[in-house]
Amino acid sequence: MTMTRFTAAFARGPALVAFVTAGDGPTPAVLDALVEGGADVIELGMPFTDPMADGPAIQAANLRSLGAGTRTADIFRIAADFRTRHPDTPLVLMGYANPMCTRGPEWFAAECAKAGVDGVICVDLPPEEDPELGPALRASGVSLIRLATPTSDEARLPVILKDTSGFLYYVSVAGITGKQQAALGSIEDAVARLKAATALPVAVGFGVRTPEQASAIAKVADGVVVGSALVELVGQHGANAAGPVRELTRALADAVHGARG
Amino acid sequence: MTDQPNSFRNQPPAQANSLRQQPDSRGHFGQFGGRYVAETLMPLVLELEAEYRRAKRDPAFQAEFDDLLEHYVGRPSPLYFAPRLTEELAKSALPGKGAQVWFKRDELNHTGAHKINNCVGQILLAIRMGKTRIIAETGAGQHGVATATVAARFGLPCVIYMGAKDVERQAPNVFRMKLLGAEVIPVTSGANTLKDAMNEALRDWVANVHDTFYIIGTAAGPHPYPELVRDFQSVIGKEAREQMLKRTGRLPDLLVAAIGGGSNAIGLFHPFLDDASVKMLGVEAAGHGLDKEHAASLAGGRPGILHGNKTYLLQDEDGQITEAHSISAGLDYPGIGPEHSWLKEIGRVDYTSVTDVEALDAFQLLCRTEGIIPALEPAHAIAAVKKIAPTMGKDQIILANLCGRGDKDIFTVAEALGAEI
Repeated sequence: MTMTRFTAAFARGPALVAFVTAGDGPTPAVLDALVEGGADVIELGMPFTDPMADGPAIQAANLRSLGAGTRTADIFRIAADFRTRHPDTPLVLMGYANPMCTRGPEWFAAECAKAGVDGVICVDLPPEEDPELGPALRASGVSLIRLATPTSDEARLPVILKDTSGFLYYVSVAGITGKQQAALGSIEDAVARLKAATALPVAVGFGVRTPEQASAIAKVADGVVVGSALVELVGQHGANAAGPVRELTRALADAVHGARG
Repeated sequence: MTDQPNSFRNQPPAQANSLRQQPDSRGHFGQFGGRYVAETLMPLVLELEAEYRRAKRDPAFQAEFDDLLEHYVGRPSPLYFAPRLTEELAKSALPGKGAQVWFKRDELNHTGAHKINNCVGQILLAIRMGKTRIIAETGAGQHGVATATVAARFGLPCVIYMGAKDVERQAPNVFRMKLLGAEVIPVTSGANTLKDAMNEALRDWVANVHDTFYIIGTAAGPHPYPELVRDFQSVIGKEAREQMLKRTGRLPDLLVAAIGGGSNAIGLFHPFLDDASVKMLGVEAAGHGLDKEHAASLAGGRPGILHGNKTYLLQDEDGQITEAHSISAGLDYPGIGPEHSWLKEIGRVDYTSVTDVEALDAFQLLCRTEGIIPALEPAHAIAAVKKIAPTMGKDQIILANLCGRGDKDIFTVAEALGAEI
């Protein structure tokens, strides 16, 4: 495996993967707060008018961001500035296919590469539709990070893993973001199954809100993804969100890193 | 009619280079269609496709579908020559002009629209797959009512997602769904209309994949939905083709149908696609006008990805979806079924649009000339017929799909006409 920002971030032990929506609140300051608080990987959400895989918290963040006038160009500017300030922290763009594909895959992949984006998660682009984005991203050295879910059986898993790079995101509940958490036992079994099938780090997300939950998952997985809880703080504190975000991130990061052997 | 009147397999034989063999094995109609869904849904979408292939080959499935369409829905629906409308439209025509206008009367179906054809097919698939809970989205409420109807008929619990704004403007249909035992959930995200109801239905589905079947109401969504909805709705065109041949000894010259997602239009058009002499016209909703707020995805949109398929969408340059507008809640959607996008690109079907005002005029025209109150959706088709009939020869035949009746729309029409009920 070639050395990437991802391999370095996951090599230290369980990693905290933190998600916020771009253009919702003071995003550059919030991103700095995530890094200062100890987040190992950043997922920056690209807002979309129709976020059909998201629960109420991230839906609201999408609408706040678009309501504030966020454009795709603003998101790449935020990403590029982040890369200048934080040369080593992996940055992932997460969102939906239409805003990513609308100017063509080559355009999107080139913008990602130029802005120092390490990976892309496209929620509604299954492997069957890979040509829409995958080849262009791979040609630009940007990872396409796929999702595995509780519905991914033995037959499905190889399809998902083919051409996946960076890390594998395990969506621990069949559902939308920010709702219930899966039972720890089922997460442990699922991660074991995934790790038997891939050498990639496995990060677990959906429904993880507290340091206690994060710590428990960090004992069985390579990474823990927290999104809705952070996004809610941004919604609550608006322009002053950096402080509270830093605080929650620190508590989550301590819990995750504390699980390191 | 033949002894198998409604069978969705019993269609004109496919020719070489047939236009009726889409989509490809990956669910694409040219560059359109596909399966753009969250990974959680992929195994179910693949399973649905496999089950649909088996059902298509299963005579028992076929027989049950046909039986329900005949005895529960009331098919075949009549093919009707509209003498007074024909005469009225000929008045403004040059000598020798003024085509005959015929209607496929799908507004006479149980529940009052073509939507029930598809719901019967999909609930039979749901039962085959062992699913025990039904969900659907609805705009005008016609698909919601049709879904609630088949769910009641088969004793399955049913949840209907409907934009809060549509709940308000379609109160009679909301009450009908509740009478039929469905739970109606008003959706308050986004613009509170059909697109947002579809988002919410997808959120429900992804959280309940193990026991839930999503009955999509139009020929859109992830593969295989556009194909199976089209197949179930093709009963319209298949019947119409046989009826027209029997009554007149010839095929129609022009088919006309309104398009929101496009299920009634594809249902009428598809069995005629290989009949080169038959022209086709799809009619989108131009709302307040194409330079203002409208719902004409083909006229005012460009290709993009939403709700599981690639198709023409109303969107801005960043790919954010823009709000649609039409006086007809059933056409108030920023996308269109992917097969229509393909038929537009290859030029087999022409597409046009008519405004709210033109549709309202046509609505009243049909009431007064034929004693038929159409839904606002087919009123768009009638408005297009009104424009084109005087330009065609007297011996030519236009066949329009009267896909729904207007009882549900009388409050909207009254308000638009400034009348008090």
